[in-house]
Amino acid sequence: MNDRQLIDRMTGAADDVALAQLRVRLAEQAAEEGLLDVAYRTMDSPIGPLLLAATPAGLVRVAFDRENHDAVLVELSAAISPRVLRSSRRVDNVARQLDEYFAGRRRSFDVPVDLQLSKGFRRAVLAHLLEIPYGRRESYTVVARAAGNAKAVRAAGSACATNPIPLVVPCHRVVRTDGTYGQYRGGPEAKHMLLTMEAASDSNL
Amino acid sequence: MQPFEAIVAEHGPVVMRVCRALLGPVDAQDAWSETFLAALRAYPGLRSGSNVRGWLVTIAHNKAVDQIRVRTRVPVPTGAVPERTERIGAPGPEPLDTEIHGALAALPPKQRGAVVYRYLADLAYSEVAALLGCSETAARRSASDGIAALRRHYGKDLS
Repeated sequence: MNDRQLIDRMTGAADDVALAQLRVRLAEQAAEEGLLDVAYRTMDSPIGPLLLAATPAGLVRVAFDRENHDAVLVELSAAISPRVLRSSRRVDNVARQLDEYFAGRRRSFDVPVDLQLSKGFRRAVLAHLLEIPYGRRESYTVVARAAGNAKAVRAAGSACATNPIPLVVPCHRVVRTDGTYGQYRGGPEAKHMLLTMEAASDSNL
Repeated sequence: MQPFEAIVAEHGPVVMRVCRALLGPVDAQDAWSETFLAALRAYPGLRSGSNVRGWLVTIAHNKAVDQIRVRTRVPVPTGAVPERTERIGAPGPEPLDTEIHGALAALPPKQRGAVVYRYLADLAYSEVAALLGCSETAARRSASDGIAALRRHYGKDLS
């Protein structure tokens, strides 16, 4: 037995269950003391695993699996604060509403959103997207005009493509003037699936 | 800068073991929580390139020193010890080799600290020395004396 093994034997392996509980408690204490700047959890969905992240102000980021959740957390750490902890409480309500949405039982989301990751015209685009109702589609041209700059069609497109809160801020409802779907952070299949689902269940609710 | 969650995932277990080695399994949980809460508070100001494990172990060391100070100041009640209901974790088999842990606890504080910080937390002797407030040479000597004492005690069954 070498020196390190001797010490290992003396202190025992850290108990995983106790540690997991301590981590939950840490996140709760952090929230109580105003230190939990970004809370997140993941959830399964028909379009793959989703990352949900929220600040005290509201939902700040929804990320698809193809974006790489670890990379997204590093981005949030740089853009908002490194005080990032896994903690369900702040985002459980969002997860529940998303489950209902994917089950065809919910048409709009009732959660606070934090648009701090978008500035200027992009933010105006996102604010407008929140007003496009379930099952409806709008063109990038119409969105650009509604956001205050009719000529900025390409900028409206990139605002949708970089929407930090997809699904809840429904950028998937924006399509090209010719009816084709255009790009989507979650991939073209996900956009297709969402629009098909909304068209199918629109009359059932 | 890494999200703090990644820091907890990477260093949570070693900080727990340091806390247990310094305080025993029950008080270790409070010390762990206090360590990471304090670290979370200070984390945005941590210079990039810092030795995160060394930083966390330093905080844990200070929390443990605080706890021991409180422990010695508060008189220990005689008679029945109240049950600690706030303790996290289901009761189960004690994972510690308590006899050996007792030997670690019985070491003089400087030797115990040197052994824990060097061999458990894997810190450099310069960092061990800073934590113990002694020279690097003295830290080396304490660690080696501590290990020798433990081996002397348990040499037969630890070979």
